[in-house]
Amino acid sequence: MRREVPLTIVFVCGAFMAFQYFVPHHVSATVYQYALNWTIIIGIFTLVVGIGSLINVHYDRISKRKPTWRYSIVTLAALAFMATVGVLSPNAITDTQGLFLKMYFFVLSPVQATMFALLAFFIASAAYRAFRAKTVLATLLLLSAVIVMLGRVPIGETLTGWLPEGLRFSDISKYILDYPNTAAKRAIYIGVGLGIAGTSLKIILGIERTWLGGGK
Amino acid sequence: MAGGIWLKLANLDRRWIYFVIGVVTFIPILFYIEVEVNITPEVESVYHRVDSLAPGTVIMVPMEFSPSTMAELEPMARAVLRHCFSRDLRVLSTALQIDGIILIEKVLRESAVEYGKKYGEDYVFLGYKPDAQSVILSMGENFRNSFPRDYYGDYLDDLPMMNGISNYSNMACIVNINATSGVDYWINYANGRYGAELALGVTAVIATDYYTFLQSNQIFGLMGGLKGAAEYERLIGRPKDIANRSMTSVSVAHVFIILFIIIGNVAYFVNRRKGQG
Repeated sequence: MRREVPLTIVFVCGAFMAFQYFVPHHVSATVYQYALNWTIIIGIFTLVVGIGSLINVHYDRISKRKPTWRYSIVTLAALAFMATVGVLSPNAITDTQGLFLKMYFFVLSPVQATMFALLAFFIASAAYRAFRAKTVLATLLLLSAVIVMLGRVPIGETLTGWLPEGLRFSDISKYILDYPNTAAKRAIYIGVGLGIAGTSLKIILGIERTWLGGGK
Repeated sequence: MAGGIWLKLANLDRRWIYFVIGVVTFIPILFYIEVEVNITPEVESVYHRVDSLAPGTVIMVPMEFSPSTMAELEPMARAVLRHCFSRDLRVLSTALQIDGIILIEKVLRESAVEYGKKYGEDYVFLGYKPDAQSVILSMGENFRNSFPRDYYGDYLDDLPMMNGISNYSNMACIVNINATSGVDYWINYANGRYGAELALGVTAVIATDYYTFLQSNQIFGLMGGLKGAAEYERLIGRPKDIANRSMTSVSVAHVFIILFIIIGNVAYFVNRRKGQG
């Protein structure tokens, strides 16, 4: 029974959601809307599970004095602090002079922006060390990357603006994006789509059961 | 001697690379040099679609970005919103990325204030609900299902702009400004299932993923990264706004990354020929 009940629920829900897509009857539309509301509510509860998991992981690191356990204290303290400030301030999200928004704009925002900005430095360093024209394919990749990088910024137009139309970096870049890139992406998307449909069907029919857990 | 230089270059301390990239990115920000920004058809298409709408039309501008991607997408969002408000369009917006809600609300509010627009009449912000996939599907049925109240806690039925507005079919089009993989949900569901006319504004790093959808007309326009934002700023007649001011910095950084790649390759091949690679 422990396996049959969830398998039956998945079959009924999966089969109904596939069926209702093609049947625009008001009953199926109503049930569909209920199902959507349920998934949003489940989504809200996953936040609770996520916070619980975060606390567990970091509490475990601190209690066992694992490497970088001090950072876990910062994580948990920040979580508790922001949650407390948010709950205790009635207008936390609208009070521009309040502590909650100040913490968001003057702490979280610069921290996140800085972390993402570091990417430019890592990309430059990685490109310098690893982007080598060792083979024909690697050379093609490198040339495409250089053309697209220059073609997507104004300096590409400045450098090759004197060339006839079609030979400028911006034109070649557009060709690469429109044809080889699109062809490859479309093939990948179609493959992924078929894979999703196949896997979904296997789950609905109970052939694929790894989601039930149990290790088998 | 020459071999020594190439060997040193091959083993260059990465901090030098960081230093050079930092300097060449920072200096052009201090000294603004105007550069030519060519307008691409995919950005122009978004502009023309928005520009062709009659005043009072409702347009949806859902935004999903956070401080980490605001350098690229905030200028784009401001450019699109300024265009909408300057054309007296009414804007409905959501923020389905949890760490971006406050930032997005600020961008929307400030852009509206700039044009003297009134909340509830000229624009509405629905805010955030978890599980973007289900929320996008649910809004296709009725906005009130996912958002009975807006971000500020007001019932949608109490907001004059929402009179007669129930789902995507009441939107002239959707311009989704998105830094997440959630952009696929807008294509699959808002456009695929509910037939909404959709354009995208995404970060440069994921822009290449969406040319496929542009070619198949599933989206009618595409703005990629800061360059896309700079193009839109030019189209709305604001060539000195932040995205355009950053174009020199972006261009120089790209050139230096390419120079690093060339130097790295030359050093690699010279050293390999000498048996030192």
